[in-house]
Amino acid sequence: MNSPKQANKMTSKCLLLKRALVSGIVLAAAGGLVTAAHAEISDGEIRIGYLADMSGTYRDLAGPGGLAALEMAVEDFGGSVDGAPIVLFSADDRNSADVGANTVREWIDQRNVDMVAGLVASSVVIAVTRILEENDGLGLVSGSAASSITNEHCTANHIHWAYDTYPLANGTAKAIVDQGGDSWFLLTADYAFGHALEGDVEKVVNDNGGSIVGKVRHPFPTSDFSSYILQAQGSGAQIVGLANAGADTVNAITTASQFGLVQSGQQLAGLLVFLNDVHAMGLESTQGLLLTTGWYWDMDDESREWAERYYERVGRMPTMVQAGIYSSTMHYLNAVQAIGSDDTAAVREQMMATPVEDFFSRNGRIREDGRMVHDMYLAQVKTPGESTGEWDLYEILSTIPAEEAYRPLSESACNLVGN
Amino acid sequence: MTMIFGVPLAVFMGQLLLGLINGAFYALLSLGLAVIFGLLKIVNFAHGAQYMLGAFAALLGFRYLGINYWLALVLVPLVIGALGVVLERLLLRRIAHLDHLYGLLLTFGLALIFEGTLVNFFGVSGASYPIPSALQGGFQLGFMFLPTYRAWVLVAALLVCLFTWFMIERTRLGAYLRAGTENSALMQAFGVNVPLLVTLTYGFGVALAAFAGVLAAPLYPVSPTMGSSLLIVVFAVVVIGGMGSILGAIVTGLAMGLIEGLTKVYYPEAANTVIFLVMILVLMLRPAGLFGKET
Repeated sequence: MNSPKQANKMTSKCLLLKRALVSGIVLAAAGGLVTAAHAEISDGEIRIGYLADMSGTYRDLAGPGGLAALEMAVEDFGGSVDGAPIVLFSADDRNSADVGANTVREWIDQRNVDMVAGLVASSVVIAVTRILEENDGLGLVSGSAASSITNEHCTANHIHWAYDTYPLANGTAKAIVDQGGDSWFLLTADYAFGHALEGDVEKVVNDNGGSIVGKVRHPFPTSDFSSYILQAQGSGAQIVGLANAGADTVNAITTASQFGLVQSGQQLAGLLVFLNDVHAMGLESTQGLLLTTGWYWDMDDESREWAERYYERVGRMPTMVQAGIYSSTMHYLNAVQAIGSDDTAAVREQMMATPVEDFFSRNGRIREDGRMVHDMYLAQVKTPGESTGEWDLYEILSTIPAEEAYRPLSESACNLVGN
Repeated sequence: MTMIFGVPLAVFMGQLLLGLINGAFYALLSLGLAVIFGLLKIVNFAHGAQYMLGAFAALLGFRYLGINYWLALVLVPLVIGALGVVLERLLLRRIAHLDHLYGLLLTFGLALIFEGTLVNFFGVSGASYPIPSALQGGFQLGFMFLPTYRAWVLVAALLVCLFTWFMIERTRLGAYLRAGTENSALMQAFGVNVPLLVTLTYGFGVALAAFAGVLAAPLYPVSPTMGSSLLIVVFAVVVIGGMGSILGAIVTGLAMGLIEGLTKVYYPEAANTVIFLVMILVLMLRPAGLFGKET
């Protein structure tokens, strides 16, 4: 990682000057007319920037593990595309939209980065995709939850890969109501993401004949959930839905287990739960939890094979985000190779034209709004008795077909969708 | 059913009890801070990290050395307290004569180092620590189900708080300590080893944080960031009680737990801010805090 980084630092000024001169000449020659397809790799290198939370709340679900997945993709691809080496950069966005946007701006201006991978906190992603749009870069978003990223915030310069809030609500809440769990109490993180998820869940529950009997909006973040769990118990609702994420979900589930919420006949529904969360809490307190996921390492031979390679390298099993980073990067590199160019529009078009079928995605395809739709899964956390190992955590109950899982284009507010 | 401002009495009682339990936690942590500030004039920003280290030491001791919860409750405060002694000897002592701000910055830096190092090795998701078998289960109180472990936290925290208050306010050792911070030259002339007392006091304050960490380990996921989120609230509690006031820290800790608990019922969105609102009010009316001495 270091040596190409340093080398690039030294040559970036040189390159910048050269690029400016060359583009000046091209512009002058074409009389201001710039054609999209260059049919070649700019600078003779494919440059990929990895931007993610490397040290904060989302470190474990993306972070250094996501970078490892990205490096695996580059190595598996052979380290170069038609002789053009693939160069990686990485940075910690510290979950700050400003830091993320500035980093990407610098990457594009000074290092000619072609593609930005990772992209976790939704606020950072929305800021970064604006920068990518202004500078004609490409972003492959694997970590974010907000479905607005390919709805009102869609651009022609990014693709959203692993999951979003729409299937989370649609998958988990619908499945539970179908199973007869029709009275709900919601614990919602009191900020944009929680409100969005709460709204999606309320709609799904009401549309399917269930009802919301109560809800509490708790501050983000909260370490002590005992009071809220007591309120949920008092409500008498069958299902206690957790419209929060990360440490808040972990704390809420741990507390619910201490207060015997499940034993007293209520059921927990985690609306955004990652593998690392379940691993951290242990099966004792999470058993029976229903959740929706975009991928699980033990779901079939192909995913197992990749996950075991990842495990050997990182020492942990990958989350759906980390697997998504590998899958999206591979799809990108294949597209670049197929057309022999790293031009953003041309690559995106090629990526859209190719179905996504790999260890990560089943029935995957990229829509014009930039959403990569693929099969999602309803999973249940195993009991300690059922689990055979440290990472044997989920049982996949059913598959939510790609076309049902995500927000249909007919409801899309994205301006790229032709109606 | 009897209602209290629109909330059934049973629910209200349950919330009060939970508030008290959280309050005991605040009291225990702010007590350590108050002891260190009151006697050493160090604003110990590493207190949250030391609390986190306590929880981590319990977890790692359990995982790798088979140290059970009860042993950890005694051993961990001793080990982390000893670490505090080393820090005081090596670093804090050298800046003791400077402005408080230097102590604050130094301890803040230490906290960042502890936290960052552990994040690097263990990530941020945290890990769970099992509730000891003797404290599993709970009591059906009629108005709520009270997990045994939470009841134990309340009792243990209160006992330690009372013991500390007694040691400092009612014993000869405590009197030396208080006198030593008022006029250390005079105390040394009487043959009291004041630097040693100061070192031990810092070690004791750190041990209190570590004790709270062990108590917290079975309740919350043990994670490198668990201290930093709590620290600001605890600082607010100390400020409301009056910086350095032992009794103030204990009483305010419990009271703030109650106020926060009630806010969670009536207007949960404000639960994280209510303590700071109280802080503003108190500082406007009594700038030295509820139990602080005007200087």
